[in-house]
Amino acid sequence: MSNIPSELRYAASHEWVRPEGDGTYTVGISEHAQELLGDMVFVEVPDVGDTVAAGDDVAVAESVKAASDVYAPIGGEVVAVNEELEDSPELVNSDPYGDGWLFRIKADDDGEFNELLDAEAYENSIDEE
Amino acid sequence: MSTTPSKTVLHPKHLEAGAKMVDFHGWEMPINYGSQIEEHHAVRRDAGMFDVSHMTIVDIKGPQAKAYLRYLLANDVDKLKVKGKALYSGMLNEQGGVVDDLICYYFADDDYRLVVNSATREKDINWLNKVAEGFDMQIIEQSDLAMIAVQGPNAKEKAATLFSDEQKAAVEGMKPFFGVFSGDLFIATTGYTGEAGYEIMVPAGDAGAFWQKLLDAGVQPCGLGARDTLRLEAGMNLYGQDMDENISPLAANMGWTISWLPEEREFMGRTAVEEYNRSGKEKLVGLVMEEKGVLRTGQKIKVEGGDGVITSGSFSPTLGHSIAMARVPTPVGASAEVEMRKKWVTVKVVKPSFVRNGKKVEH
Repeated sequence: MSNIPSELRYAASHEWVRPEGDGTYTVGISEHAQELLGDMVFVEVPDVGDTVAAGDDVAVAESVKAASDVYAPIGGEVVAVNEELEDSPELVNSDPYGDGWLFRIKADDDGEFNELLDAEAYENSIDEE
Repeated sequence: MSTTPSKTVLHPKHLEAGAKMVDFHGWEMPINYGSQIEEHHAVRRDAGMFDVSHMTIVDIKGPQAKAYLRYLLANDVDKLKVKGKALYSGMLNEQGGVVDDLICYYFADDDYRLVVNSATREKDINWLNKVAEGFDMQIIEQSDLAMIAVQGPNAKEKAATLFSDEQKAAVEGMKPFFGVFSGDLFIATTGYTGEAGYEIMVPAGDAGAFWQKLLDAGVQPCGLGARDTLRLEAGMNLYGQDMDENISPLAANMGWTISWLPEEREFMGRTAVEEYNRSGKEKLVGLVMEEKGVLRTGQKIKVEGGDGVITSGSFSPTLGHSIAMARVPTPVGASAEVEMRKKWVTVKVVKPSFVRNGKKVEH
């Protein structure tokens, strides 16, 4: 079973979200998602300043196996992106919840975060796949 | 089709090493042991090993073994004069399509060994038997052998630490594409990676211990994922993707494996492949895309001559960008257009060979 930290929230499309306590939220893809995709070779992140809505495809995680869209789990403004991924896409594999983060969003509506899946609900959604 | 996948004798070793297992044409095989890119680099820079025990080993023996193989194969086993020498060939059907590709080892005019693909085992055995009608020879499947490919610049040296003195002497100075029986092993200087190394056949009962010793000698276990990117970089075809029963070897970069001479040699599919040689329109080319993104198997492409298809596309870990092989109608210019995620991208057309002995092939 892959690691699903209980302090994060998740989208059914395998993104995780971590509140930073200042109205911004860090987003990445789950350990389960990176396991499904295999070794990352390119990660395209959005531009800082982009305005995104929940459910928009905003990034691409491309592995040896497939290219996968990454969706914004919540709406808002992109305030930071992980520039390390340009040269080291494998961080998504080696540390999906840490150095392999993708982007950070300043939320329009903090309520959207609370609608996301908790760890248990996300685990159940994986089991149903 | 059986619903329970077959397992090679090395299956427990794969699980022990933490392999991620997948169903590969009815065989439960390792796709990787963690990172297929690291495994790929191990083969290009040091030494890696692959369990290829799922491949089918068939001995052809008898008075008409040579005559049979000269009829079965598009390449000509008459070229094989030195004991142990190997030949790569396709075997074709009457329509000139590729039933399978294989390696044929020569020991004597009445004694050969074939290694054919696993995915096509049943079809191949049926075909070998069908073509054998009227020839005085036997087809003997060797299902009690495991096979381990040890590949990379340090592969031979590391594998040799497992050899007896007799085996070391047997492989001393052996050129590429040869095989030799020594002790309980059959050791061949063949492979599917574009690196030096061996493919070693070992009695199934000894395979687990042999694998463990290679592991202890510092050889990295590698899965099917790395095997695919390595062979693609080396420009080697994968049966079922780059060619199949409906594809001429001439449309699959296998023209060099057809022995047209002597003209009087009849071989299965000769008439059809001669006709294709006169009027055929397709060929296999290499593609290089240096910007971000990965060319994928099955994608449509456009060249001067019309629409073609990517038969094998992936990321090249050695080169750091995407490469592919594509079957396209002639004429083909210096570039092609590929539809990538809703937009058309221009890629370079090259010969289908990208990396050899760890180095980029300059086009």
